[in-house]
Amino acid sequence: MADNNPFPGENNTGHIWDDNLRELDNPAPRWWMIAFWASILWVIGYAILYPMIPGLSGYTKGIMGWTQMGEYKEGLDEVQMVRAEFETKLQGMTAKEILADEGLSSYTVASAKVLFGDNCAACHGSNGQGGPGYPVLADDNWIYGGAVETIEQSITNGRMGIMPAQANLLTDEELDKLAAAVMSGNPAAEPLFMEKACFACHGPDGKGMQALGSANLTDAIWRFNEADQLASVKQTIKHGVNDTSDPLTREAVMPKFGDRLSKDEIKKLAVYVYKFGGGQ
Amino acid sequence: MSVNPQSKHDAVVDELYAEAGHWKINTGEEKIHAKRIPGKWRIWKWLASLVWLPFFLVPYLRWDDRQAILFDIPNRQFHLLGVTILPQDFWMLSLLLLFFAILLAVVTALAGRVWCGFFCFQTVWTDIFTWFEEKLEGSPQKRKKLDQGPLTFTKVRVKATKHLIWIVISALTGISFVAWFMDAYQLWADLVSFNLGITAVVTILLFIGGTYGLAGYLREQTCFWLCPYARIQGVMVDNTTAVPTYDFHRGEPRGRVKKGSSEAQRTTGDCVDCNQCVAVCPTGVDIRHGQQEGCITCALCIDACDAVMEKLDRPKGLIRYESLDVLNGKEERPLLKRPRVWVYSLVLLLSVIGIGYGMATLDAIEIKVIHSRQPLYVLQSDGSIQNKYTIKVLNKLTEDLQVTISAPDIEGLVLVGAEDPVTARKGMVTPRTLFVRIPRDKLKVESQPLVFYAETTDSSGKRLSSKRESVFIGPK
Repeated sequence: MADNNPFPGENNTGHIWDDNLRELDNPAPRWWMIAFWASILWVIGYAILYPMIPGLSGYTKGIMGWTQMGEYKEGLDEVQMVRAEFETKLQGMTAKEILADEGLSSYTVASAKVLFGDNCAACHGSNGQGGPGYPVLADDNWIYGGAVETIEQSITNGRMGIMPAQANLLTDEELDKLAAAVMSGNPAAEPLFMEKACFACHGPDGKGMQALGSANLTDAIWRFNEADQLASVKQTIKHGVNDTSDPLTREAVMPKFGDRLSKDEIKKLAVYVYKFGGGQ
Repeated sequence: MSVNPQSKHDAVVDELYAEAGHWKINTGEEKIHAKRIPGKWRIWKWLASLVWLPFFLVPYLRWDDRQAILFDIPNRQFHLLGVTILPQDFWMLSLLLLFFAILLAVVTALAGRVWCGFFCFQTVWTDIFTWFEEKLEGSPQKRKKLDQGPLTFTKVRVKATKHLIWIVISALTGISFVAWFMDAYQLWADLVSFNLGITAVVTILLFIGGTYGLAGYLREQTCFWLCPYARIQGVMVDNTTAVPTYDFHRGEPRGRVKKGSSEAQRTTGDCVDCNQCVAVCPTGVDIRHGQQEGCITCALCIDACDAVMEKLDRPKGLIRYESLDVLNGKEERPLLKRPRVWVYSLVLLLSVIGIGYGMATLDAIEIKVIHSRQPLYVLQSDGSIQNKYTIKVLNKLTEDLQVTISAPDIEGLVLVGAEDPVTARKGMVTPRTLFVRIPRDKLKVESQPLVFYAETTDSSGKRLSSKRESVFIGPK
């Protein structure tokens, strides 16, 4: 501190650097001081009203009883209130009745998106576009039927179609012939189709039977769709589907959701799947 | 006319100190109490202030069963008489803003800060506030005395009345503002029954605080230090702009009128240095220093000067609307020879045409088509390709419509889901999911344009339609 203050009378603190840089001791502007004390009052008010000060075993709760979880739950309740109107209506209705109502079915489609994402999308794709080895839900081809009740049933009980492996029953030549016939889209024209009893499940015209879950062999859609479709068909004929006696068999299991999801959830999912565009 | 060496000397001194005086900037240490005097420009000012009357009154007008002009933000609908404008038409707002921005520019380029001096809410509200101040507290001198005087009962009564009136005006301002955004009658009903929503309450309180503070206390300080337009408008003024100008050729050297002296022997200019132009100025500037940032070109100094000149039998117009060019003897450039006028007018015209086109072609219905992207297409069992679309039908009318959706007549095209018309709810967007199937052998390219049409008739039998192009996507 300089002994002789070279700048007297200007209210400096006596801290002077580089000849003339000095610190003044002027009071802060009044508006600033008001804001300063107001902010301290604010903090005190906040501490009284809201949870704030941590302690060893918890924290001060504040007299308003506000919590983040509480606010979240209130928000959730608000959403549920809006949904409740639709949800109570849906409870008393069948999937078919929901489909008949445009407003309710668009509500169902909007609200079942999460359900589908959680439970179905892993195999069937996020918009029912299918995946390698898993059926497309957006097309009009249904192995078990595309009525909304049937879809509901498929979800509730699951599905597991069986096609016995033919590897030991067919010669290579016969296999080639049958595969070619299936590829042509008209397998019934091939005598082997009758001889080897394919018709028993796939029907005399090769169009499949939904009651059995046998595939339609005459349409444009392949249940097991691969780049080399002929090889894929041969593979299916040879080793079958879900045939436990053949280790190379195709696995095609739709798990049962009846014990995982509620009836209402399954109903909504059925409507959702139906609305992909293939429902019948 | 012989020049007195003394008066020449005085003139030099005056000029010297005039420069020094010019550097005095109004930072609000001293409250400006402007004198009010009658005059031509005073009348114009009142008339200009009337443009704010609709601000208070229009919300109470009705059209059919609703408010004639209502900016319904929660429902995203904007009602202008019989027309309903939805956010989809908001591009017109940008043209409207462009129009007013350019109008501001063109007016400022021609006649200075007309907006500031005559129309700006800051000017008008301050004018009204000070009018009440003068009615209650008296002339500027009395007001100054009252401010400095001791706290007497009369002072408290007068001041309390003034502030009460100010707050009532501020409250009416806030309520009128909110009334443009919600039903005005409902607003008053909610207000008197203390049921008003929080947004409306906060808005009204902000307006009360803002109006009271800005027009009651900050006044010209707002124009000096807060308002960006004041600065923007200042730079639009050039030498050809006609603004209230002190004719210093005629006025200088200024000198006081002496009793008994004759007009013929006068050696001074026309300015009698009575300071009336400063006394009436709401921003406290001296126009004799020329155009300056504090001048809002309200022309009240013209009234003041003309009144003095009339009393002294000198020609009026010592302070008048004049451009710097004309004042300095240059010929005034005709309006049509100024490129700025042409450019501004062109922009004005374009924006008006744009708004006119927009209002004339406001479609009552509009459709948007969203092509489902996952999956882009689905192979159907009959070998055809299916695409999924969400059609969003916007209905701008006040009645529900049955809208029929159709697709063009492409060979083999099947439209699924449009068998029943879409019930388009009034003032809302109604979605509908549609499927289009086209046989694979009819598809020539991976992605082809596909136009959707929407058609309906309103209750008066008028046919309405809309179309939107989308794509149809197939396998490679």
